[in-house]
Amino acid sequence: MTSIRRAALVGNPNAGKSALFNALTGARQKIANYPGVTVERKAGKLALPSGESIELIDLPGSYSFDTTSPDEEVTRKVVMGEFAGEARPDVLIVVLDAANLEQHLVFAQEVLELGIPAIVALNMVDLAERDGLTLDPAALSGVLGVPVVPTVAVRRKGLSELADAVAAAEKKSGGSSQSQLPIASPHITLPERRLAARNIAKAATLSESAERRVNSSLDKVLLHPWLGPPILFALLFVIFQAVFAWADPFIGAIESAGEFANDWVVSAMPESFFRDFLTEGVLAGVGSVVVFLPQIIILFAFILLMESTGYMARAAFVMDRLMAGVGLSGRSFIPLLSSFACAIPGIMATRSIADPKDRLTTILIAPLMTCSARLPVYAVIIAAVIPATNVGPGIGLQGLVLFALYVAGILGAMVAALVLRSTVTAGKASGFIMELPRYQMPLLKDLLIGLWQRAWVFLRRAGTIIFTATIILWLLLTFPNAEQGENQLDVSYAGQTSSAIQPAFEPIGFNREMTLALVPAMAAREVAVASLATTYAVEADGDEETEAALRDQIAARWSLPTALAFLAWFVFAPHCLSTIAVARRETNGWKWPLVMLGYLFALAYIFAGATYWIAIWAGL
Amino acid sequence: MSSSDTLDMIARGKRVAITSVDWDSLAPEEGKRLRALGLDEGAEVAVAHRGVFGTRDPLAVEIGRMTIAVRRVHAAAMQVEAL
Repeated sequence: MTSIRRAALVGNPNAGKSALFNALTGARQKIANYPGVTVERKAGKLALPSGESIELIDLPGSYSFDTTSPDEEVTRKVVMGEFAGEARPDVLIVVLDAANLEQHLVFAQEVLELGIPAIVALNMVDLAERDGLTLDPAALSGVLGVPVVPTVAVRRKGLSELADAVAAAEKKSGGSSQSQLPIASPHITLPERRLAARNIAKAATLSESAERRVNSSLDKVLLHPWLGPPILFALLFVIFQAVFAWADPFIGAIESAGEFANDWVVSAMPESFFRDFLTEGVLAGVGSVVVFLPQIIILFAFILLMESTGYMARAAFVMDRLMAGVGLSGRSFIPLLSSFACAIPGIMATRSIADPKDRLTTILIAPLMTCSARLPVYAVIIAAVIPATNVGPGIGLQGLVLFALYVAGILGAMVAALVLRSTVTAGKASGFIMELPRYQMPLLKDLLIGLWQRAWVFLRRAGTIIFTATIILWLLLTFPNAEQGENQLDVSYAGQTSSAIQPAFEPIGFNREMTLALVPAMAAREVAVASLATTYAVEADGDEETEAALRDQIAARWSLPTALAFLAWFVFAPHCLSTIAVARRETNGWKWPLVMLGYLFALAYIFAGATYWIAIWAGL
Repeated sequence: MSSSDTLDMIARGKRVAITSVDWDSLAPEEGKRLRALGLDEGAEVAVAHRGVFGTRDPLAVEIGRMTIAVRRVHAAAMQVEAL
């Protein structure tokens, strides 16, 4: 008897697959991409009653095997066993939203026709009951010919029964996993399947009241033509306020920890090359980046909350008209909002956009959304050169400048979209077709799992790309050593390099340390701050490599027009190798990433220069 | 209500049945997506919400227990009759 190796969750979008996946596998998940496509592959371990565990994978939500998007295509290929390097699942867990049976049974029939051993998870039965639906799982099982297990993923109900059913499916799957799939009945048309779905749903429904109170009353307000948009904008305002206000104590704690580590290294080790390497290189560089973890977590917490409650789709609805004005659709709002945290998940989220031109445009403008990697740059420079005064009740000048930088990015993106849509990505105006899922109370555990995954991605970046770039830069700054009376920065390899490219940046007001920071910042924007911190630390040979020390250095050395030009540069400049790599993978080639690099660097140069000269002219 | 009414012209909350869809006026991929969501001949639907700031785009259409956002062009391709 062959034992089951792998099971997969399949079902419509919004059937609650991810919540079920989290409940079945716990927090230990492996998130990766399917080879060749940027579709997230989530895998975990499902414990069977026998004590054995099998691999469970969460497939992207799908409406049909007649696919309309790259993630639906992944689901189809994996289920059919056509995905290279990905064995066909031995058991399928077909997840149905109990309150949406008639709709979800259409795709479920398509899946069950394949003849792979399957179990139906009748999910969210509690919400169905809230909506006045009473279902009969036994009757559904009778019609479909597979076991049906009622579940409430977020309340962990029905999970052990589901594991039992998976184990029981082992008997059926014995030896069959390598055999040929029975040919699905191709003569069944979509309308026939839909009619069958209606009849099956009817047979499985014991009683039904037409009430949908919670949804319609919330939507009456949140989708109201005049109330909906102000509510969304107010929410976005609160989110960005929270990112700065709430993160402060945590940032302070991380800074203190960094200083403590620095002091400890200084006191525990004799003065040496290696000690300088640790304090000036590693702690100064990586520390100045990790400090921004709290802000990233807060922004992602709001995004996850909006997604898991079902509000995100409403936000897309509200934004659609506005996005249509620049040739996009409400669908693009979700990737673009994610890009405020990081362009990488943002660009990956564009895969749900069906129209290719629409998707390409969204990918090209995603780097203009002010991602959290720019925050270190903005925060340090604003704190250094913009006075902390109030320009109105409760409105600080520093906050206003930061707000202006966000707005500049958004406006830049809108104009870029408009231009791109009428030139390189010209095409028919794209549509907007999107399911608005039911509102739901999110589960804290699911939010925490999502947050942990994103925080981990950031920390891994800090530990790899940023760490490496910082060390290389520190070495280039330290060698060759300056003779008595020489400036270390002037003598170093890094200093020589920046002197060489300096003439190109002189006209837009950049000084040499800034030019120097731009080169390693290609690895990741935050490295600009790490680089400035390391540069000034090496130059001053100081023991203080904190953010505060860097702020003082900038305040003392940079003129206001120079600092503003640097900020303007970072609004547009595509400093991020990971974004470029993801864009290459998503667009299958170098053409579009190069277009992205070209137009963004051109914008950055023009706007930094304009900012510099306008500031000079205004006498700042 | 005349026989030539399309879904985009229907008052909010009024239940109607889709009698025919002019698929040729829609992009093939969009037609496919609409059919997959059940917006097809014979479906019983109602317009739940329409537009922001006084515009008529987009629409939130109720079908079964689902709500689907579509553009006005999609709704305009769907002939409907009162239930």
